[in-house]
Amino acid sequence: MEKFTTHTGIGVPLRRSNVDTDQIIPAVYLKRVTKTGFDDALFAAWRGDESFILNQPAYKAGSVLVAGPDFGTGSSREHAVWALKDYGFRVVIASRFADIFRGNSGKQGLLAAVVEQSDIELLWKALEAEPGKEITVSLEDRTVTCGDITVPFEIDDYVRWRLMEGLDDIGLTLQNEEDITAFEATRSAWRPKTLPAKTEPKQEVVAARPAQ
Amino acid sequence: MGTTLAEKLWASHLVRKGEGGAPDLIYIDLHMCHEVTSPQAFEGLRLAGRQVRRPDLTIATEDHNTPTLDIDKPIADLTSRTQIDTLRNNAKEFGIRLHSLGDADQGVVHVVGPQLGLTMPGMTVVCGDSHTSTHGAFGALAFGIGTSEVEHVLATQTLPLKPFKTMAINVNGELPEGTTAKDIILAVIAKIGTGGGQGYVLEYRGDAIKSLSMEARMTVCNMSIEAGARAGLIAPDQTTFDYVQGRPHAPEGADWDEAVDYWKTLVTDEDAAFDTEVNLEAADLEPFVTWGTNPGQGLPLSANVPNPDEIADADQREAAENALKYMGLTPGQPLRSLEIDTVFLGSCTNGRIEDLRAAAEIIQGRTKAPNTRFLVVPGSARVRLQAEAEGLDKVFIDFGAEWRNAGCSMCLGMNPDQLKPQERSASTSNRNFEGRQGKGGRTHLVSPLVAAATAVRGTLSSPADLADVDVLVGADA
Repeated sequence: MEKFTTHTGIGVPLRRSNVDTDQIIPAVYLKRVTKTGFDDALFAAWRGDESFILNQPAYKAGSVLVAGPDFGTGSSREHAVWALKDYGFRVVIASRFADIFRGNSGKQGLLAAVVEQSDIELLWKALEAEPGKEITVSLEDRTVTCGDITVPFEIDDYVRWRLMEGLDDIGLTLQNEEDITAFEATRSAWRPKTLPAKTEPKQEVVAARPAQ
Repeated sequence: MGTTLAEKLWASHLVRKGEGGAPDLIYIDLHMCHEVTSPQAFEGLRLAGRQVRRPDLTIATEDHNTPTLDIDKPIADLTSRTQIDTLRNNAKEFGIRLHSLGDADQGVVHVVGPQLGLTMPGMTVVCGDSHTSTHGAFGALAFGIGTSEVEHVLATQTLPLKPFKTMAINVNGELPEGTTAKDIILAVIAKIGTGGGQGYVLEYRGDAIKSLSMEARMTVCNMSIEAGARAGLIAPDQTTFDYVQGRPHAPEGADWDEAVDYWKTLVTDEDAAFDTEVNLEAADLEPFVTWGTNPGQGLPLSANVPNPDEIADADQREAAENALKYMGLTPGQPLRSLEIDTVFLGSCTNGRIEDLRAAAEIIQGRTKAPNTRFLVVPGSARVRLQAEAEGLDKVFIDFGAEWRNAGCSMCLGMNPDQLKPQERSASTSNRNFEGRQGKGGRTHLVSPLVAAATAVRGTLSSPADLADVDVLVGADA
């Protein structure tokens, strides 16, 4: 994962709450087996509307999304994070994030910065007054700066450290592999195993056909 | 002071306590995979030269991207076929058990796990799917994860996690006739909001919860994520033990006795404190439906479409305005008057045998509304076989419904089962987001009873509304 310390880019005010993962990337785009190639899928339904913020030339090259509360609610699809990154976003700012989305962001180097809603309003106004205005996000100082506005943001200390170091979780966990092995030795015999597979007797499943 | 059930489950799976702000390392007892959120995780393992640590604690099914018709033919959509083939190849390469399309144990991952007896009390269960919270109905700590975490679990059988907060949802009293588990959870979400559960594990408690069957408990826990919660759970009791016993992977003999003795300890201590408590009186509940574009925008079926002008909170007012515009609704319209194009019965929320039985009982001997399509999709192939053994397929087909193979189907607009733009559905699934069931589609979330009654009348209805229909057509009730 690439290290993240500070980022400066065009701020995009998205005045909507509850931006769910089906809006960020509709399910029909989840068929790919890669982690890239999702930029066209980002906000696919909304991008059909000419007035949508990312269709306005000044915001098109945005890389810092400033959204309403409860961003990323809904499904666990990490594709939502991949699509935002593919489009060019490095930071999403909101007053509240859905837990799974926030977790996924942290794993993929997309900064999910929690900012007070009253400060979000200030940022929205500044970005709307001057479309294309840049925002600087400092992970080191935990601040968001837009012109003469500087506001703090919250992020979990551990996630911040991992983002700044660009560290891979699996590598970190495997440093404690002995603990995992020791834990496994204590598990009760009744705990189920998927293998060898046990099932009810095999039965034939007849294929349904379209109605005549 | 005592501890809550969620805290007990956490403590019993602690591999390593995090120090200096680092997360705890939690052991995962069961990892379920499906075709959509796993390919990039397996690719990650391959690139790093890693193996799956515990194939014997991992299982995969094909559900999200599979058709529900012509399952014996190659999948027509090439990208979808590639995704399914990728899962099959990964399962083979990494030695993972897979139940493929056409197999009697294929189906929606959250229906398959409990049915095989792989979900039990006291476990940690994860899957790259937010509705993994379903398994919490057994008194397990079960939650959805992203693809990076899927890779992490495949490689290490653990997850680094920060402890959750705990919330009690007390549903007191007795449910009125005609109301179901689905109405409980829709009312809970309407009360606490789609973000109300963020950072929490919910424990559903109270007499109304205790009296629910296992399948109904799964419906409640399934939609915990719709309140923003990481997980939802219910303490195991005799109902739970009876459901697990005798299933293919259930413990036997002395193992069973040992397991049950342990499971009986899995309750929140009387002197334990939750971080938050929410109370609901079951007697106040009615059949619930959603009118908007998030699961928190719900009301009793007897209500009218709300007027955004009467909503005090500016953010919620704007959300309501957007929702009404998308849904094509006018403030003040009775919800009962809304004409429904498609009724969908199925999904990990309401695609189990009890759901099919309940709906079949309502429609039996009645006629489908002529302009309403009724799609019935069992949650798993076993559910379908069971329903067919009971003759439920005939009830649905005679009524004019489409009887399909198992899968996620119209719950999400991914496989061929989708709404057309502006088409309005009454759906037993879990999300009414814009475009969730197909681009431009308009979703009202309902219980299986409301779905069935709606298919009879053609407008949003509950079984209580069918009395007048029966008088008109002279059917015996």
